[in-house]
Amino acid sequence: MRVLSVGDDALLVEVASGAQAEALHAELLRRRAAGLLSAREIVPAARTVLLDGLTDPARLASELAASDVPPAPPREQAAVEIPVRYDGPDLAEVAAHWDVPQEEVARIHAAAEFRVAFCGFAPGFGYLTGLPARYDVPRRAAPRTAVPAGSVALAGPYTGVYPRTSPGGWQLIGSTEAVLWDHARVPAALLSPGTLVRFVPIGEMAPADPARATGTS
Amino acid sequence: MSDRALFVVRAGALTTVQDRGRPGHAHLGVPRSGALDAPAAALVNRLVGNPADAAVLETTLDGCALRPRSDVTLAVGGAHCRVTVDGRPAAWGSPLRIRAGAVLEVGRAVTGVRAYVAVAGGIVVEPVLGSRSTDLLSGLGPPPLTDGAVLPLGGDRVPHARVDAAPQPAPPAELVLRVTLGPREDWFTPDAVRAFVSRAFQVSSASNRIGLRTEGPALERARGGELASEGMVLGAVQVPPAGRPVVFLADHPTTGGYPVIGVVRTADLAAAAQAAPGTPVRFVAVRRR
Repeated sequence: MRVLSVGDDALLVEVASGAQAEALHAELLRRRAAGLLSAREIVPAARTVLLDGLTDPARLASELAASDVPPAPPREQAAVEIPVRYDGPDLAEVAAHWDVPQEEVARIHAAAEFRVAFCGFAPGFGYLTGLPARYDVPRRAAPRTAVPAGSVALAGPYTGVYPRTSPGGWQLIGSTEAVLWDHARVPAALLSPGTLVRFVPIGEMAPADPARATGTS
Repeated sequence: MSDRALFVVRAGALTTVQDRGRPGHAHLGVPRSGALDAPAAALVNRLVGNPADAAVLETTLDGCALRPRSDVTLAVGGAHCRVTVDGRPAAWGSPLRIRAGAVLEVGRAVTGVRAYVAVAGGIVVEPVLGSRSTDLLSGLGPPPLTDGAVLPLGGDRVPHARVDAAPQPAPPAELVLRVTLGPREDWFTPDAVRAFVSRAFQVSSASNRIGLRTEGPALERARGGELASEGMVLGAVQVPPAGRPVVFLADHPTTGGYPVIGVVRTADLAAAAQAAPGTPVRFVAVRRR
């Protein structure tokens, strides 16, 4: 664990892996909830956790540098299920990358259990990990100027769902009507760091199940 | 609709509703937002007797024109500009009592960029996550003002302002930003780090509420490859591949993948918000407090 100073009242804690960043994030949230840590923002990312708005960053830095990241506690929450139609315009490209038929993309993706590693890019946009490393895909060479809200997309090791229409360079494999962000709802974000997620196929790519087949395709 | 409202006669280039923003939600990808020149916003609120967290208007370069539907107390501050009521000159930096139907004109900034208009009772558009700020990066909060829009006002419970007039400094001819190096200064060559804290840059016209962009020497990286996305703070100086530093202002993204060479002190960001395109900028390295 490497602790870097950021300005006068923030620290960036760098760890070796995404899994360690998730574990450290969980531990820091636990400490804050227990009143052992005062931080305005605790922002997990790919390999780091940012602590902002600290009262005594120097003391916390030496404390953190001397400690190990405890393993992430087991999650007792149920996974959020996101119904998805695997009908994205980049499905064929992703299938080619994975060297599988298009229908397999849906099956592989829906079989994985995802976790929100971190959020960013837009309110409610989660970077979801869970696909085995052999399914990493590159970003599109030319980003789209407008990716529709609800697009289910892949880039690098991550899956994401666009909360609103925005530019984006991820590979679009499907779409959902799930509402990722609604500021009138509590909580506003469907996904926050640590949330477990499953994608449930609907429509043509759904498994042959008469209960689901009615009226969805 | 209640007659406690402002009719927008001329929205100006970019006028937004701002308060102290929505900190505490960065882990969900929600920018902090809030008035870019926070001391100026706090001062105009004091001039009209508002609490410091009341929502005000923030204009950009060319002001705006407003017509209250009831008698109101308001004040204009921040960027220095000509203020008129129904075409007659009125005081800048002082509380003004304006009759229903009169038109307040906030003129083009003479010095500075962003003027602030506080109205007694505050602008009471619907809050989002506890704030009425417009966030231009993620589209939270009310949209920027448009001609003909109507903004609801809170009750004018304070009959007299506690301050008659308040001097506010004009922006200096040169913007000096105190910066602590890191966390990623090791991504740059020693020459680039030296250039960053010794050479002159200029405020670019591409600056906005997300970042103060600069023109000047390109800062060369010491290493290739990409940095994995990491959390970003207010005042972070990010250096994209072209090498020109960008100082993150209130609507900055919560995570980013370009290395941060240093972080500007929060106290210096109000001056950054008032620095017009072309203003010389120097970054001065300071030690951590």
